[in-house]
Amino acid sequence: MKINRNMLALSALLFGAAQAAPVTITYWQYDFASKVTTVNNLIKQFEAANPDIKVKHETFPYDAFNQKVATSVPAGQGPDVVNLFYGWLPQYVEAGYLQPLPEKDFPAKALEKDFAPMVKASKLDGKYWALPTAVRSLAVFYNKDLFKQAGVKNPPKTWDEFISVASKIVKGQPPRFQQLGFGIQPDGQDYHVVREVLIRQFGGAPYSADNKKATYNSAAGVKALTFYTDMATKQKLGIPNFFPGNNSYRDAFIAGKVGMIIDGSFAVGTIKNGAKFDWGVAPLPTLTAGGLRSNFGSYWANGITKNAKGEKLEAAVKFMKFMTSEAVMREWLNTVGEIPARTSLAQDPKLRKDPVFGAFISSLPFAKATFFVDEAGQRKVWLDAINSVILQNGDPAKALAKAQADEQKILDGYYKK
Amino acid sequence: MRQRRAITAYSFLAIPLVFFLVVRFLPTLSAFQLSLFEWNILSENKPFVGAENYQRLLSDTNFHKSLLNTVYYTLIGVPAQLILGLVIALLLERITFVRGLLRALYFAPYVTPVVAAAWVWQWLLSPNFGPINGLLVELGLPPQGFLTSPAQALPSAAALVVWQNLGFQIVIFLAGLSAIPRSLYEAAAIDGATGSQRFWRITLPLLNPTLVFSIVTGTISYLQLFTQVVNLNFTDQGGPLGSTLSVAVYIYQMAFGRYQMGYASAITVVLFVIILIITLLQLRFLTKRIEY
Repeated sequence: MKINRNMLALSALLFGAAQAAPVTITYWQYDFASKVTTVNNLIKQFEAANPDIKVKHETFPYDAFNQKVATSVPAGQGPDVVNLFYGWLPQYVEAGYLQPLPEKDFPAKALEKDFAPMVKASKLDGKYWALPTAVRSLAVFYNKDLFKQAGVKNPPKTWDEFISVASKIVKGQPPRFQQLGFGIQPDGQDYHVVREVLIRQFGGAPYSADNKKATYNSAAGVKALTFYTDMATKQKLGIPNFFPGNNSYRDAFIAGKVGMIIDGSFAVGTIKNGAKFDWGVAPLPTLTAGGLRSNFGSYWANGITKNAKGEKLEAAVKFMKFMTSEAVMREWLNTVGEIPARTSLAQDPKLRKDPVFGAFISSLPFAKATFFVDEAGQRKVWLDAINSVILQNGDPAKALAKAQADEQKILDGYYKK
Repeated sequence: MRQRRAITAYSFLAIPLVFFLVVRFLPTLSAFQLSLFEWNILSENKPFVGAENYQRLLSDTNFHKSLLNTVYYTLIGVPAQLILGLVIALLLERITFVRGLLRALYFAPYVTPVVAAAWVWQWLLSPNFGPINGLLVELGLPPQGFLTSPAQALPSAAALVVWQNLGFQIVIFLAGLSAIPRSLYEAAAIDGATGSQRFWRITLPLLNPTLVFSIVTGTISYLQLFTQVVNLNFTDQGGPLGSTLSVAVYIYQMAFGRYQMGYASAITVVLFVIILIITLLQLRFLTKRIEY
């Protein structure tokens, strides 16, 4: 009897093995409610289509995410597929956490044709290391009610119009405003606007083609920084930190106290839930009508860690293909509110005309993602440059020269390795 | 019998001892070790660099700024909270009407979560909507930038810390005052001592232990100032333009914003040494004058 039972167990084991036990891969991302529920649903769909693969989904608080990855992956534990901010990629690659996406499954040429150009920030040493489901770009959110009160009909198309519209809406004088024309906030999205939008529109480039040199200390750079800071100091359209708190400009906009803000597509949900007035989204202005368009893009991408080998790697590739498919991107737009990374969708006429997402989607072809090697450090350099002009009457040229020298030090520190 | 008692005592003491060793002292020692490496949290190579992190401190203007700011916080904060605390404690001791309520009101900021207090402070000092600026404008004075001005942000932040610590300071002084025997004041009154004589000759000298305690713990807490600074300006912590940056906040930024653990540890070690030296000096010079 006893022998019998053992035999039974043994045969069950052998039979089960012959049946090919499902492969389990682990997926990690940081804890953001709408992304977590969406991924849970997507995993159900994926598992239904691939019964031989199981996906374990784990999330961690944003602050602890990198530390978790840093302690798990080198120990051969943790995720097979990991979600990461594109700005962390150089550090992840340098640390050896990721493996390049297999060329046969993700040919570089096809990726460059099918995905928004900003995805190039995931290309290191000629190889792609990560791919996004969705991307973000910037646009102008405007308060239609305040526009009406000021007698303005359409959102501005050029920066001159932007200033004239904003000056009709602003009420008060620095430092006390009752209402702002433009929700100026250097540490919101504005420093991206100066660096990736204004400098290019004034004919410059913020960085060298290989991203190793900061090149904004130029005539175009000075014009761009002067133009932006003048909106606070000369045009007096508003001041930074109008409302106290983390998201000053966005909170003030939601409260109906600001005519326009420049914000990312990721803010759509918050504004939709909060704003009690009629609002719209318009593309970022250009210098002259029909002039050079430019935008800042950013994204969270999925990469395959070095721990995925053999059949796990195969499963991870399948999961990556699924996560970056057109169908998933459409679902992502609806549930998370981030815009699709594939150009086929960016060209979808229905999406381009969408009153909210249209402005973001149509800017994807010319949106650049800054190549960060030390996001926090590079951000600080720019904030201080802008603040020294706005708050201390500093000279834009001097501020830029200092910023370029400081940022170059950070870049050199990364590239010397 | 005595030996057995000693063993019992030591075995009870061993628990907190082991706890402090593992949770406090070992991490402190490993910070010394870490400060000799280029220890980027995301990097696989963590090479030994010797004193390089310390050399980098010499030319790091942000570190110098954070150090100067921290000295400023301490030199303004500690005397302000001592003087204000003592004055209020003396007044509170004298009055009997709604004494408990007043004490509770002064103590309330101390038990308020720092984050909440910092946010309220942001509203109070807001250039646009803040009641303080509203008052200034009513009085015909020009409105001020306060936390948004690089020149005024540091005193504004220091004011928040003083306001928060004041309640605790008052309680300590009240306890110190109540420990002074009444008979001394009665004797002095019979001898015809004036109020100010009684204060300078009796109250202040007998408050010395309380003062030493307040100065030493106050100095340490100002040198480690962190939470208020972080919450007064969340998107540009220590800003604007580094004007409120404290050493502790700079350590945090280097360690958890830029993942440079080795460099952050070097700053930690420097801060530790500074606090140690100042505390030892204070204990040496202040405790000499204790009279009972």
